Amino acid sequence: MPKPISQKKTYSIDNLPKEKFDLLDEYIGGISDKEGSLIHILHKAQELFTFLPMEVQLHIARKVDIPASKVFGVASFYSYFTSNPVGKHTISVCMGTACFVRGSNKIFDKLKELLEVESGETTKDKLFTLKDVRCVGACGLAPIIMVDDKVYGRVKLEDVEGIVKNYKDGE
Amino acid sequence: MSVKSLEELRKLREEAKGKLTMRKDGEGDYIELMVGMATCGIAAGARTTLSTLLDEIQNKNIENVKIVQVGCLGYCHSEPIVQINEPGKEPVIYGNVDEKRAREIINKHIINHELIDDAIIIETYKKP
Amino acid sequence: MDTVRSHIMVCGGTGCISSDSDKLITLFKEKLSSAGYDKEVKVISTGCFGFCGQGPIVKIHPDNVFYVQVKLDDVAEIVEEHIIKGRVVNRLLYEEPFYKRKIQSTSKMDFYKKQYRIALRNCGVINPEEIEEYIAFDGYEALGKVLIEMSPKDVSNILKDAGLRGRGGGGFPTGLKWEYTAKSPGNEKYIICNADEGDPGAFMDRSVLEGDPHSIIEAMAIGGYSTGANTGIVYIRAEYPLAIKRLNIAINQAREFGFLGKDIFGSGFDFDISVKLGAGAFVCGEETALIHSVEGKRGEPTKKPPFPSEMGYLGKPTTVNNVETFANVCPIILKGSEWFSSIGTETSKGTKVFALAGNVNNVGLVEVPMGTTLREIIYDIGGGIVGGKAFKAVQTGGPSGGVITADDLDTPIDYESLKNIGSMMGSGGMIIMDETSCMVNIAKFYLDFSQDESCGKCTPCRVGVKRMYEILERITEGEGTSEDLEKLELLANMIKLSSLCGLGQTAPNPVLSTLNYFYDEYKEHVENHYCRAGECKSLIKYSIDANNCIGCTACARVCPVNCITGKPKEVHIIDQSKCISCGACFDACKFDAVIKP
Repeated sequence: MPKPISQKKTYSIDNLPKEKFDLLDEYIGGISDKEGSLIHILHKAQELFTFLPMEVQLHIARKVDIPASKVFGVASFYSYFTSNPVGKHTISVCMGTACFVRGSNKIFDKLKELLEVESGETTKDKLFTLKDVRCVGACGLAPIIMVDDKVYGRVKLEDVEGIVKNYKDGE
Repeated sequence: MSVKSLEELRKLREEAKGKLTMRKDGEGDYIELMVGMATCGIAAGARTTLSTLLDEIQNKNIENVKIVQVGCLGYCHSEPIVQINEPGKEPVIYGNVDEKRAREIINKHIINHELIDDAIIIETYKKP
Repeated sequence: MDTVRSHIMVCGGTGCISSDSDKLITLFKEKLSSAGYDKEVKVISTGCFGFCGQGPIVKIHPDNVFYVQVKLDDVAEIVEEHIIKGRVVNRLLYEEPFYKRKIQSTSKMDFYKKQYRIALRNCGVINPEEIEEYIAFDGYEALGKVLIEMSPKDVSNILKDAGLRGRGGGGFPTGLKWEYTAKSPGNEKYIICNADEGDPGAFMDRSVLEGDPHSIIEAMAIGGYSTGANTGIVYIRAEYPLAIKRLNIAINQAREFGFLGKDIFGSGFDFDISVKLGAGAFVCGEETALIHSVEGKRGEPTKKPPFPSEMGYLGKPTTVNNVETFANVCPIILKGSEWFSSIGTETSKGTKVFALAGNVNNVGLVEVPMGTTLREIIYDIGGGIVGGKAFKAVQTGGPSGGVITADDLDTPIDYESLKNIGSMMGSGGMIIMDETSCMVNIAKFYLDFSQDESCGKCTPCRVGVKRMYEILERITEGEGTSEDLEKLELLANMIKLSSLCGLGQTAPNPVLSTLNYFYDEYKEHVENHYCRAGECKSLIKYSIDANNCIGCTACARVCPVNCITGKPKEVHIIDQSKCISCGACFDACKFDAVIKP
């Protein structure tokens, strides 16, 4: 599942909330082996900022005292990290083998059509980000889609529209 | 608390084990006490019977007994009913098991292997 | 009197939680307390029962009654009928797919009958968040025995005699691995548990960590003692939040009881464990890549030798074992090597956990002795193919493995036999496919995975696998040539021989194996532009069977490009030049009149 071109570019954003940086600094300050814990720091940063814009990556590089290229190298290597802003809800379609065999690719296509986005992109109204993800390990319920942390199992093609609508109406 | 020897660990295990006997799945190695817990049983005090049996088992540290609640056993006139299934033996059914008799069942029947004659409803009964 | 008479065990594995089992627990507690039974009946969240396709699962002790697909609405009935009146709720029992019989206890279900649980022994039996329950089931006895009665060498010897081999896929003898690290010079050594389960479709490691985390902690401490390591690291996927939580709880409890920390069991041996998170990279299943990731770097592999047992984490001797491998250690120490080696085949001892998924009736985690045949797993335990369709193939070994056809269903499974038929054990994913799965498409699926997960360090894997993927893409779109088939095979063999690490070396396997067993299907795609499974969209041409069409107009109404014409009550016709093969008419027709070639 290749990342779209847009995601390979690191997103830049001003005016990130200072209190989040403070929280991040506090977390980094509590670690003794900072460089060895780079992945943990990135996890924390993504938890705080929901994604990893350039400013955050640079900030981490300064705090940990390593080149920014190294931070970017690690952040871009792992599929869990994203340097693009995400929508209010993230819809993840499981692309594990069990789900694939039970038709998750068709569900994914349907979602792409419905939301008018490609994998990894966010809808124009900033409501949804669509992602394909690796096996979430609930193969018994295949095929699976997740909206944020809520898992929908044994999804049928005709259910998709209703699930999306539910979240749209909730706005 | 810090465990510093196998003896300490084993002591801890014995304590913890007592609470989990009921999770053993094996059939045949356990004496099964069935308590009738249908509406009539409950009305006659089967809940007290059940907890008394459990209490007595724990007090006497008996490990090979499992207490199961079941539906109506069909002897509504003598509720609460307790049926004892011992591996390789014919089941025995006791009637009118109140708190006192429940303790008696554990102490006489289970520990000393003697039947409590005046409480038996029916002695021989083929398991289906 | 506060005597507990019954335990309600509710599955708290990720699969069942996805269908609201956590809410079941809360509701059970509420209902019990309003009925006044909360003191005598305990509700316990336990690990995965393995029968995930039937979840959420609720098991009631001591009656040994197993309820499946329990919904929130069923809770009141279970409490009122089963708990209060002692009557089993028949409606919620498992029904055999074939005989349609309701079954009450697990020991009578085909799904469980042929299983033999060593690694999963405590899953679904204990509360993973209570160390006392683990201790009650012989927990930490093996660690005590090892530290007090055995030498480090005795430990690796007993594993060698038992014949335990790595369960992550490689199958390297575990005892030997431990011995190598022990022999490496230096007094700073590490032991790492690989819980970065990356094979799409395998989830046994997650289930063990969620259902029995102490067994991994205990085994890691034993491994630390045997190899001379005082530090253990669990490298776990960030996508497994529940497993991470339970593991951390367990580590803290183990510290509290003195099973981790200084001077364990008064033996003078110190050992502690930390948890490191992965961030989604399949290549990190490779030992050397994993070690780099633990160090906080990009997870790229390096050449072996030097092996991690000589130069691993921070350049120090390191042992890396998989979760399931660790889960086998304590029973071997307690029951002896002879017991373990009596199970299994000549070369592969013990059991293996498989994640059964795909088009099979009983989806779930199963643990069987090595040497069990695929037929037994799929038909006896798995309950056969969904909807009684024809079995086509089973895929094992994930992106590194291959397909096995009906001809080899009676092969007893072990490391060697699977290799001989062109697949591999892998971590234990087992995907069952029926006639509706296209083998070219499956090969493409795995290659898509591998080309995306390639770390990019070596050319054969980075470029080669991508080229193979492109060829497969062409074939599934009906633009492949016979030359492409030759090129595919040539590339596959080249990549196998020249890639740096296991990922590249095994990435072509799904293609080679499908080419071998399903060459006809590839040929049909290329020569006749025909996909017999009807999965490759570009190759499907729908048409209408004039004998079956009653002219209901359902197809014409759903067609997005208006290419179906016909009057009501007359036979309809599809204009092939406009048709985009979306399949909407096929789904809409109730009379089987729309046909795929």
